[in-house]
Amino acid sequence: MSVKAMTAAQVARKVIDNEPLFILDVRNGDAFADWKIEGGNIQYLNIPYFDLLDGVEEVIDQLPKDRDILVVCAKEGSSIMVADMLADEGVETAYLSGGMKAWSEHLEPVKVGDLNDGGELYQFVRIGKGCLSYMAISGGEAAVIDATRMTDVFLNFAQEKGAAIKHVFDSHLHADHISGGRKIAQATGATYYLPPADAEEVVFDFTALEGGFKVAVGSSTVEALYSPGHTIGSTSFIVDDQYLMTGDILFIDSIGRPDLAGLAEDWVGDLRESLYSRYEALANELVVLPAHFMIMDELNEDGSVAKKLGDLFKENHGLNIEDEQEFRNMVTKNLPPQPNAYEDIRKTNMGKITPENEMQREMEIGPNRCAVR
Amino acid sequence: MNADKVLDAKGLACPMPIVKTRKEMKDMDSGQVLEIQATDKGASADLTAWAKSGGHELLEQQVDGDVLKFWIKKG
Repeated sequence: MSVKAMTAAQVARKVIDNEPLFILDVRNGDAFADWKIEGGNIQYLNIPYFDLLDGVEEVIDQLPKDRDILVVCAKEGSSIMVADMLADEGVETAYLSGGMKAWSEHLEPVKVGDLNDGGELYQFVRIGKGCLSYMAISGGEAAVIDATRMTDVFLNFAQEKGAAIKHVFDSHLHADHISGGRKIAQATGATYYLPPADAEEVVFDFTALEGGFKVAVGSSTVEALYSPGHTIGSTSFIVDDQYLMTGDILFIDSIGRPDLAGLAEDWVGDLRESLYSRYEALANELVVLPAHFMIMDELNEDGSVAKKLGDLFKENHGLNIEDEQEFRNMVTKNLPPQPNAYEDIRKTNMGKITPENEMQREMEIGPNRCAVR
Repeated sequence: MNADKVLDAKGLACPMPIVKTRKEMKDMDSGQVLEIQATDKGASADLTAWAKSGGHELLEQQVDGDVLKFWIKKG
């Protein structure tokens, strides 16, 4: 019996379509507990591959007969071994091609809506890590916001759409993933914008992104709104008075954490003002498009992550804490663990260090953990 | 640190470092120490978890350039 590969793209489709899947994750217990493939209709069994070297007979009765089985490990080697052993026992499974590394890097483009005069807005869902990037396309031009380091995906997508990337923005200096912004700007000749307050230690040239800045992309307009709190420079974007990219300030079911640059106490007041004053003053009809999601429940049925600002003011707990001290406690105490390698990721995004590709992959392993709930 | 045996698992990808470690260990006596040299970054977490589940003791680990070194005492 042969062993089939399943690609990260195929698994992403299953997750978005809520199809049943059984995952036999053969990484060690800590790795599985830290980060796994999430989905509403997934069942799991975690047995490390090194406990299966003597044979897989004992797992066979724990595997279902009525749903597809996917064997998953970090890079794919162990999952192929286990899938082969299962095949020898007559059990058909697939393995995840490229393992969790490929899962971490897969981007799923989802159209979130139309812009002025036939323009389009796309969200790139990094489903394995919860990062969200954006591309606004209009009149043969494109702007990219919060691009991840898989820059070919953005370059190829723009090319397929016949659009030239003119503007590349980062809403803030990211701590959970390596930005692809600078690389995309270099490849296309686009302008690369960063909020200057986040970029004091940045060692390359960039254009300062100030609140109130406006730029045309074809028939559309991208406008910057200064909204500090996750970082001191954090900036939101309003596109065509319809869409609000909130960066890591506001998510669908949570809000940003202010501590990843080590200044939780200083920035909590900014975070409150951004959420409770600056955003409060905006139109309820704006569709919020965050830079992350944390749980699969935040995905809409089509795989997009988007919700009206007015709905978030009703439903998002982080926007409904009347008491300032209670708010302060929530965002500065009992914070979740910090993202893997976040200090090195920040240095990479400042251009201070330039790790090799393989190292960059390792640094990004795991969930994003940019929120407090 | 002294070892009774040295296993060169450099350049091998997961799962081979553990597969080889396990095989070496089978031929050793309880209390003997095996030194493992590997370059696969996943080896660190996996050898730690494997040693624990197998009742062995991870005495020490070091990083020497690109090479990860582990000393495991057979349980």
